[in-house]
Amino acid sequence: MAALFTAFASGLLFGLGLLASGMAYPVKVLDFLDVTGAWDASLLFVMASAVAVASLAFGVAGRRRKSLLGLPIRLPSRTGVTRRLVLGSLVFGVGWGLAGICPGPAFVALGAGAPKAVVFVGAMLLGMLVFEVLERSGHRAIA
Amino acid sequence: MKDFNSWWISLGLVPPIAGGALIGLAVAMLLLANGRVAGISGIVGALLRPVRGDVAWRVLFVLGMVLAPAVAGLWTLVPTPEIEAGFAVVALAGLLVGVGTRYASGCTSGHGVCGVSRLSPRSLVATAVFMASGIATVFVVRHLLFGWRF
Repeated sequence: MAALFTAFASGLLFGLGLLASGMAYPVKVLDFLDVTGAWDASLLFVMASAVAVASLAFGVAGRRRKSLLGLPIRLPSRTGVTRRLVLGSLVFGVGWGLAGICPGPAFVALGAGAPKAVVFVGAMLLGMLVFEVLERSGHRAIA
Repeated sequence: MKDFNSWWISLGLVPPIAGGALIGLAVAMLLLANGRVAGISGIVGALLRPVRGDVAWRVLFVLGMVLAPAVAGLWTLVPTPEIEAGFAVVALAGLLVGVGTRYASGCTSGHGVCGVSRLSPRSLVATAVFMASGIATVFVVRHLLFGWRF
């Protein structure tokens, strides 16, 4: 039960952070990606600040087996840089650059009542479903 | 709204740094309390092949994100994030983000914030790649197709 509350609180904090930092605003994200135009570097500071805080937490987590609520700490174990990692990131970046939205801000924009966010989230879930179907059919589109 | 924008800009680097710190705190909370990495695409994607006992926390995390604008609205003006791209482009973008992040096992949060914090080589590569392709895409749309409205 406590874990459900902390999950909710974490999502809420994450969303507030995206709003406060400007990351939830597509125009701001596109201005950040527009390095040859009127570049807005502020999102670099968002990432640097988030990483500074998060790395402390990962430092603590690395020395523990269980979380404060007694749950197992699950960290990604894969280490290889694979073709699917690179191609997937490439495709994600194109989508990110087209609309200025990545998964987190999509849900925040949805909550803010942006009509196009409904389209974006729907299409994103469809894309994730395509991945699931391809994976389950054993058809590894990218090795 | 104009006043809000100019006020926000006048704060300089305070919002990016404070907002980033909030994101970092959210990551710390989910990691230290729930033992989970706050990667949005992974949290959502796993809901499409639900595992018993591993659903509720994911739904509540997403619900927290969705409710963030309403909660922020309790004490400040929250401008609605305007998505300028047309409906067709937004749909295409969503599709690419969905497929891409799942193949990449992560997005801006899972790789860009969490993975970079852990200095994971996979995440450093992923972040460099999606930043580069995002930059290239914006360059093509804004500068090569200049003036073309979708």
